[in-house]
Amino acid sequence: MSNLTVLAGAPVLLVQLVVSGILVGAIFALVAYGMALVWGVMNIINIAQGEFVMLGGYVVFFLDRAGIAPVFGIPVAALVLYVVGIALYHTIIRRIVGRDMFTSILATFGISILLQQLANQLFSADIRTVRSGLPSLFFADGMITIPEVDLVGFAAAVVVGALLVAFLRTTRMGQAIRATAQNARAARVLGIDTDRVYATTFAINCAICGAAGGLVAMTWFIQPYLGLTYTLRSFMIVIVAGLGNLAGVIVAGAGLGVVEDLAGFVLGSEYQTAFVFMLLVVILVGRNLWLARERRSLR
Amino acid sequence: MQRSVKTLAAACAVVALAAGAGVRTAAAEDTITLGAAVSLTGKYSVNGKNTQDGYNLAAKVINEHGGVKVGGKAYQLKIVYYDDESTSARGAQLVERLISQDHVDFVLGPYGSALTKAIVPITEKYGVPMVEGNGADRGLFTKGYKYLFATLNTSDYYLRAAVSILADEAKREGRDPKSLKIAIAIENDNFSQDVRDGVEEDAKKYGMQVVIDDKLPADLNDMTATLTKVKALKPDALFISGHEKGAVLGIREVAAQRVYVPMLALTHCDSAQITEKFGKDANYAFCGSQWDSRMTYSDRWFGNPQKYAELFNATFHYEPPYQAAESTATVEVFADAIARAGSLDRAKVRDAIAATDMMTFYGPIKFDATGKNIAKSMVMYQVQDQKYVVVAPAKWATGKPIFPAPQWDKR
Repeated sequence: MSNLTVLAGAPVLLVQLVVSGILVGAIFALVAYGMALVWGVMNIINIAQGEFVMLGGYVVFFLDRAGIAPVFGIPVAALVLYVVGIALYHTIIRRIVGRDMFTSILATFGISILLQQLANQLFSADIRTVRSGLPSLFFADGMITIPEVDLVGFAAAVVVGALLVAFLRTTRMGQAIRATAQNARAARVLGIDTDRVYATTFAINCAICGAAGGLVAMTWFIQPYLGLTYTLRSFMIVIVAGLGNLAGVIVAGAGLGVVEDLAGFVLGSEYQTAFVFMLLVVILVGRNLWLARERRSLR
Repeated sequence: MQRSVKTLAAACAVVALAAGAGVRTAAAEDTITLGAAVSLTGKYSVNGKNTQDGYNLAAKVINEHGGVKVGGKAYQLKIVYYDDESTSARGAQLVERLISQDHVDFVLGPYGSALTKAIVPITEKYGVPMVEGNGADRGLFTKGYKYLFATLNTSDYYLRAAVSILADEAKREGRDPKSLKIAIAIENDNFSQDVRDGVEEDAKKYGMQVVIDDKLPADLNDMTATLTKVKALKPDALFISGHEKGAVLGIREVAAQRVYVPMLALTHCDSAQITEKFGKDANYAFCGSQWDSRMTYSDRWFGNPQKYAELFNATFHYEPPYQAAESTATVEVFADAIARAGSLDRAKVRDAIAATDMMTFYGPIKFDATGKNIAKSMVMYQVQDQKYVVVAPAKWATGKPIFPAPQWDKR
């Protein structure tokens, strides 16, 4: 508990932990929003989510090596992953839409293993990073530092989120996606090509992950096996925030980042992940009790 | 669909038969067959390849020098490989296969402590000597294994030299080492925690105070929590270890958050390529390493470390990391011991290995009763002007340690 005394002695550190937690959480939120989209529209839990992040990271890494700055690399990564998404949809995903959820989990789990090993064969297990070349900002006598690349990540997460909302609200395809999410059968009856809707939805998710992967390569590092971290985090965010709730996803993502940082500081890094998952259990149990109460009053 | 599965199965069977036939010819009269399960795919595949390259170069050069003489007859070395896919269960399975089906004479170690731990019970069960160069976990040498030998220093030695440098430099500044505070952020796995134990033991010896002792999670991707603590408590040294990932994150985040510590000590710097990746940001970091090609050891087959490095580079087109060097040394130990034993009998060779006392390009090799090499010492680098400068042991130092590191705004 001595760490608590440290925190009490220098509350400015709390600001550092909260701010960097929010900035980090934004990238998780981005990946989670893609997951929520696919889950909500197609009823597929995509276990390969983290692998798309990894692939996006590699695209930005190789472009950076070829002399293309990450700022331009990120949109390219999104585009490349969009194409990957379309290809995956037509080869595998379309066969599991509408099937049992267990089938989709198994299939995407298979995709995730395949992508991991492919990446390992093609790019080797070396740990790669992309240098953003951006400086850090200092506040409060250097006690608070914010790497500008984190701000870029946060801004990108917000922009992509906003674009997505605009897309879903205003375009024909966006409306078709929402209609399909509400009732796929009715949408088909009304002439919506749900196959195309599913393909677009899945590819958009891949594109979002690709962009997030570029940010990950700039902020931390990439390697073929980093996927699980992002799949788990986004799964958790979606569980807490619920489907089709962008604001909720961003809040849950930022909250996750903050809680992880605080837990890491106070309890030590070894309990960082454990604490977060304990919290998940508490939230789920709590929500279940809350819902049970409502069910009772309905009866 | 079903037909394609059948075809695939048939193809697999043919390949397996062909591979089996290959092994049988390999065990011909005048060859000594060594078996190795190394990680050619999976998360250890980079280091697994280093290991394989090290083994191959050793076999090639020893064979070119006339092979191994046993009782007046020259034997060629031959190595049979399997890919353990970086998983322990697979490693154990494959070693069982190497011994009972492929009938290899001896076993070479896999890459890494975890895999080594998984296969020792098998080699012990069959009484097959295994010399390994990549399992540094101290726990491997406390279980009373009889057939296990390691050419490298155990992991608790990786950063001990950094602690002594810290104490010496503090004394030079007129400070009592007891006044020093250190922070430890080391990954939560057997190997890394051994590194941590070594640091803690030596720090305690000097009376230093451990103010942070974080165990980094395996899915580590952000060290902000730990580094914020470092900012608050201002320790004199920060020790970070977590394989390549730990080195990369350590340099990246310490620099991005401008966390100042007079000494930053890491492991796996060269294999993580921190100078190439981070340029100036990597400066002043201390790094523990098993080996350096600038050491002045001598070797029967390779001449010296420089010549080894040149040959390795010419053969595989990259600088040999220590993971390759220590693997080469394990094959040398076998060649030396088998010749002295004058027999391929496993028990006799085991005793000959235990009596090893040789000089190699990798360093002197002499095993204690538990099977670990006690003759060699670790190397401590400091990154100065984006180059690795050897600062310890004193005999091979190519420069003096810079301590304390300059503040960030003066770099």
